[in-house]
Amino acid sequence: MHPNFHQKFTQVPYNMGMKSQQALKIDSVVKSYGDVRVLDSVSLEVHPGEFISLVGPSGCGKSTLLRIIAGLEAQDVGSVSIGNSSVDELMPKERDVAMVFQNYALYPHMTVQQNISLPLEMSQLSWMQRLFFVGNFFSKTKLIKDTIANDVLEICKSLGLENLLKRKPAQLSGGQRQRVALARAMIRNPAVFLMDEPLSNLDAKLRIHLRNELVELHKRLKATFVYVTHDQSEAMTMSDRIAVMDSGKILQIGTPNELYTSPDSLKVAQFIGTPQINLFELTDAKDGSHFWGSATSPLNLNKKSTAALALRPEHLIVEAHRLPTCDVQSSAVISRLEDHGSEILLHLAIDGYANELFITRIPNLGHQDGFRPGERINVGFKLDTALFFDAQGRRSV
Amino acid sequence: MTKTSLTTRQSISGLLFSLPSGLLLVTLYALPMLCLFLLAFTDYEMGNVVIKWVGFANFNQILKDPVFSRSLWNTLIYVAMVVPISIVGGLLIAVLVHARTKTRSFYEVIYFLPVTSTLIAMATVWQFLLHPKLGPINSILKLLGLPAQNFLGDPTLMIATLAAIGIWQLIGFNMILFLTGLSSIPKEIYEAAAIDGVTNPVDRFFKVTLPMLGPTTLFVLVTSSITGFKVFDTVAVLTQGRNQSEVLLYDIYLEGFTYAKMGYASVLTLVFLLIIVGLSAWQASHMDKKVHYA
Repeated sequence: MHPNFHQKFTQVPYNMGMKSQQALKIDSVVKSYGDVRVLDSVSLEVHPGEFISLVGPSGCGKSTLLRIIAGLEAQDVGSVSIGNSSVDELMPKERDVAMVFQNYALYPHMTVQQNISLPLEMSQLSWMQRLFFVGNFFSKTKLIKDTIANDVLEICKSLGLENLLKRKPAQLSGGQRQRVALARAMIRNPAVFLMDEPLSNLDAKLRIHLRNELVELHKRLKATFVYVTHDQSEAMTMSDRIAVMDSGKILQIGTPNELYTSPDSLKVAQFIGTPQINLFELTDAKDGSHFWGSATSPLNLNKKSTAALALRPEHLIVEAHRLPTCDVQSSAVISRLEDHGSEILLHLAIDGYANELFITRIPNLGHQDGFRPGERINVGFKLDTALFFDAQGRRSV
Repeated sequence: MTKTSLTTRQSISGLLFSLPSGLLLVTLYALPMLCLFLLAFTDYEMGNVVIKWVGFANFNQILKDPVFSRSLWNTLIYVAMVVPISIVGGLLIAVLVHARTKTRSFYEVIYFLPVTSTLIAMATVWQFLLHPKLGPINSILKLLGLPAQNFLGDPTLMIATLAAIGIWQLIGFNMILFLTGLSSIPKEIYEAAAIDGVTNPVDRFFKVTLPMLGPTTLFVLVTSSITGFKVFDTVAVLTQGRNQSEVLLYDIYLEGFTYAKMGYASVLTLVFLLIIVGLSAWQASHMDKKVHYA
């Protein structure tokens, strides 16, 4: 039986309290390559059974963090604990983690079955039992091998791979390969699954499909997932919590909803959500009051340090029947219509913001509400839907 | 002007475009092969005015020729030593050199030097090194209290000595080929292996490195075998076939250019070609199934 068996299966799901329990704890980890500081004192706690995403632009350090958790790289400073004990001195195989790579990293010379059974063979068979031909003369070899073959078959059935056992990776599609990589990770029943952009080599349709499969898998396994992606929509749709990273730091950790509705910083606000959040620099009058667009009356703000306000596209209101609810209005010209079927995106040139376009989304009700490119309309928003930021990009509350 | 179809016009222009290289192929490769094949059935000797058709006489002579069977045997022994040692050695050195970071290029140059030098020139150096009286190698043997050896005169040592020089020349070339193969193995495979528990270097070599080097190994095997069978320079310079140290190519050279018996030399060449083509085809077809191509 796996040494961590009891610990793993007696853990309380993370949402039932018990703050002291964690599947994974990263404490002030620093990592530099030469003069470049890739990770700058990163700390993170992941609860058992949680699906957490590390998301950020490329080069933000998210993959390095994942590799440090896996033990493929060593941190310069700080420590990593898995299941309440430090793994800093442990080799990757001893850390009770499994990793799924972006390019699958399957062994091309092995069949699907051999790929998946390798981790078990390495851990359950002695080197003599693994010897070609000779190994079969040890009494227990066959028993162990049969058990492993059974486990492999079980896992493959659960992932719909049972008909591909004898194939080589080259004979599989991208989606099948990634499932084999998942199976290889699952077979060891690890405490933590580490996934490094596992879907980004797949085409868009398959990516969405496997996204759902992964979420289902996470529900079924009740295991801890650490998922690295540069695709914020992937992180938003899959995760319990998201850690947004930039330049080697974690900017904010929160549920997808927290990050969307209440970002701590402008960077997070801009990184999360498509289309991107609309950002308005506020014009300061001499008396310190702020004006928006062509509005004649100043914004009723009691925040001195506000430099910019940001509005999600759905909070920029253009429909005539909703305009009266707005606190502020300005005049704008429709530059372009983008029909997405269920909704329409309007690109607006708002007075007072030359050379900039802002986006609003309206539901597509069939009659397009009479919006046409080139048309001049009124646009407005409610103050309580706006997010305000100071000159340093910090949220001013 | 008659109306020709598009496909006809395309095939005509295609043929015209391929004509120059086609001519070169025929004159440089096909015609000599044909001449060789025809000469094998004649008694042609260089300088002869009349050529007589002798049928299979030359082929029959092969079976009775002690020099041919000796040189075939010598060549086989030479190949049996050079091919495995230069492949396993080249792989071993490549794995060691690949792990170096700063000194890697230094080792690459050192091991590759023999490949870049002319074997004829190097053979004279070896001649000095192996000299029964003056050679440093024998001095070392004497220092160690061992009897001096006549490496290039003793019939029991000659082929092994030639093989050692052959290995010395080939091992660096094989190392470079294996280094290229090693560099093309993705890093992630090793990382996945580290997480899967393949941490012992021996396990890693046999589970990951060696299988991933399959295509390289096949190529190295075929080229090394051909190089091995083609041994000539060292024999020509160092032993001149004395004390029964003839090899296939040297025998062909003797028959064709020393004794001027072109007809017989042609048969020997045909046999030589058959051996090489047959062996390479067998290696390629036999190994191809076991080799994985990424």
